[in-house]
Amino acid sequence: MKELKILAVIATLVGITYYGIEPYAHHVMHPEVKAADFTFGDLKNVDTKLAGNVENGKTLVEANCLACHAIEKAGHPAMMPNADSAASYGVVPPDLSHAGRIYDKNYLANFIFDPVSAMHLSHKYPVGGTKTFPMPSYNWMTPQEIMDVVSYLQSVAPKVADNAEGHKVTFEAACGRCHSMKYGQLEATTPADVIKAYMGATPPDLSQYIKSRGEHYLHGFINDPQVLLTGTSMPRVGLNAKAQEEVIAYMEETGDRKKAEREATGLYVMIYTFVFAMLAYLWKRKIWSEVH
Amino acid sequence: MAEFKPADSLYEWFDQRLGIDKFVKVMMTEYWIPKNINFLWAMGVLLTVMFTILLVSGIFLLMYYKPDMNMAFDSVNYTIMQEVGYGWLFRHVHAVGASVVFLIIYIHMFTGIYYGSYKKGRELIWISGMLLFVLFSAEGFSGYMLPWGQMSYWAAYVITEIFGGIPVIGGDLVVWIRGNFYVSDSTLTRFFMLHVLLIPIAILGAIVVHFYALRFPHVNNEEGEFFDFDKEADKYLAGDKKGSKVVPFWPVFLSKDFFVLGFFLLFFFYLVFFHYGFAMDPVNFDKADNLKTPAHIYPEWYFLWSYEVLRGFFFEIAGISGKSLGLIAFAFANGIFLVLPWLDRSPMVKPANQRPYFKYWFWFLMVDLIVLTIFGKLPPTGANAWVGFASSVTFLLLFIALPFITRAEAKKVGGK
Ligand code: HEM
Repeated sequence: MKELKILAVIATLVGITYYGIEPYAHHVMHPEVKAADFTFGDLKNVDTKLAGNVENGKTLVEANCLACHAIEKAGHPAMMPNADSAASYGVVPPDLSHAGRIYDKNYLANFIFDPVSAMHLSHKYPVGGTKTFPMPSYNWMTPQEIMDVVSYLQSVAPKVADNAEGHKVTFEAACGRCHSMKYGQLEATTPADVIKAYMGATPPDLSQYIKSRGEHYLHGFINDPQVLLTGTSMPRVGLNAKAQEEVIAYMEETGDRKKAEREATGLYVMIYTFVFAMLAYLWKRKIWSEVH
Repeated sequence: MAEFKPADSLYEWFDQRLGIDKFVKVMMTEYWIPKNINFLWAMGVLLTVMFTILLVSGIFLLMYYKPDMNMAFDSVNYTIMQEVGYGWLFRHVHAVGASVVFLIIYIHMFTGIYYGSYKKGRELIWISGMLLFVLFSAEGFSGYMLPWGQMSYWAAYVITEIFGGIPVIGGDLVVWIRGNFYVSDSTLTRFFMLHVLLIPIAILGAIVVHFYALRFPHVNNEEGEFFDFDKEADKYLAGDKKGSKVVPFWPVFLSKDFFVLGFFLLFFFYLVFFHYGFAMDPVNFDKADNLKTPAHIYPEWYFLWSYEVLRGFFFEIAGISGKSLGLIAFAFANGIFLVLPWLDRSPMVKPANQRPYFKYWFWFLMVDLIVLTIFGKLPPTGANAWVGFASSVTFLLLFIALPFITRAEAKKVGGK
């Protein structure tokens, strides 16, 4: 009884200290993250309720996009090697094969209309500034035409499996032009020095970001980087909820590869230790019954 | 030379040469411990086990770790955590163990303070214990640098910088400790040496001294009672086990320790597998970058209270800069526990709650240390800075007041 009282006192003191230096301190140092908004409701230039026409979209894409973009999955390979296109544009223009699958529809339509405002990068590329974003605004297209383009991109995008392989494809399409993932043997397709000149900062290797930033932070950050890191060079990329899940899943599969093994082993070790503790308790009772 | 009869068994053969029987008696079956103790007396054995766990897991980590500024981070986070079979397990056990060992050290220390187990013959137990505390602190600090993450780097930067405040030699001293003008590869390599060789050897030595120092004054007990151990031991050996005030170290004392150990390990392994964030700071999963200062720099939790004493003095008082005052207070805080046996002027060896004045001092100290620890992590801005200042001053005053409080207590209880 008395020993339980002592235990309670210690648990209370340790508990208060723990609360102060962990949950409370984190709460003070990292204010609450705004929930991700996958509707991209701030973008209203294009009426996304219009039904797109795939055939017309195909014609528009071939006339307007293929000068810079590859669409491997639709039989349009890249025009030049990555290093060369990076040197000409500042960053390798994305292959659009997966665009229709990974980007939110509203985001994609508004991005085509005006990339810089959709990415929340007006502070990097102000109107009339010295730097211009390599992709022009297609604000001369009608909303219907833009939706045709979106429909076409959605129609060519292949499905990917819901496993590590698939997650990797999504990660490469969404993040791989700028970010390396050393622990997954992935190198950014744009050379680091080129990106630095273009964006003003070297995008970090993401191998351990699942640990250093944590899933919760990543969810908010990827959805809208400026909210958590005002002024950052990282654009809002406009992933839909599913693609973002896949990206984070891939980050976990490379950055915390032993998670499943850890949790399974942990359970066994705890069961084993519990048995040890119970046997030790019985043995102690037997021994002490002789002296008490 | 003694005469040797041919041995009848292997056991006897060894016994003739090593005196096993006698050794086991002296060290185990006739090493007497008071019966009147609670689970707090198991902390010493828990610490011994934790040290062993740290040693073994450390040896495994050592097989793959690379003490080189360009390779350290990946050798830990990729090679050990992902490539080596169960490497992650050894790292988790080692990192969480290093943190939890301090929790147990603090419980062990404050148990000693609570029950007055540092006086009337037990001074050297206390001093060797404090030596272990200092060595464990150095071990924890040097080990935290090894993964070469952002917090490794910047905590090392801030803590080594502290020595720069020492008058005259400060600047040179910092360079001497770092082996360079800034925290660099040479710093990492020498802290690696300290962490895996010099300090562990010193710890092993200090543990031996600590155990030896326990032998003659004997372990204290729940009531602080002094009695004749030889008489009680004879009683026990004569068969009056229930009437005797002592029990042998083996199997009686250890059977209780194993029981406490079992439940402690359950808690420990829960932390190792499922709740390790407190011991493996997220910030440290970013590789060290000497151009990018993290928004918040803080040491491991077990250094927070003394770090806060250092930070607490943030403005000039009587012409002495806040930095110098902080440094003086920090030196005071780290040294003062060592002389506790002489600051406590009361002869009472009793649990704090039975001591008329000391009990207030003890619980006040506990509260102050918790406040210091919590505010040591929070950003030192606005009201936080003042709480830090007040609790740092309180800490100093508590120790300055202790001799007076305990002398008054001695008078009140009349030398008992
Ligand atoms: C970190 C390594 C340490 C180990 C392995 C260790 C081990 C032990 C052991 C086995 C005991 C006897 C049983 C018990 O009361 O728990 C003991 C007693 C004691 N230790 Fe430690 N100890 C360590 C650190 C410390 C520290 C940091 C202090 C405080 C400065 C300390 C102060 C004491 C005192 C005062 C006692 C006597 C307790 C009594 O008589 O009731 N020890 N230690």
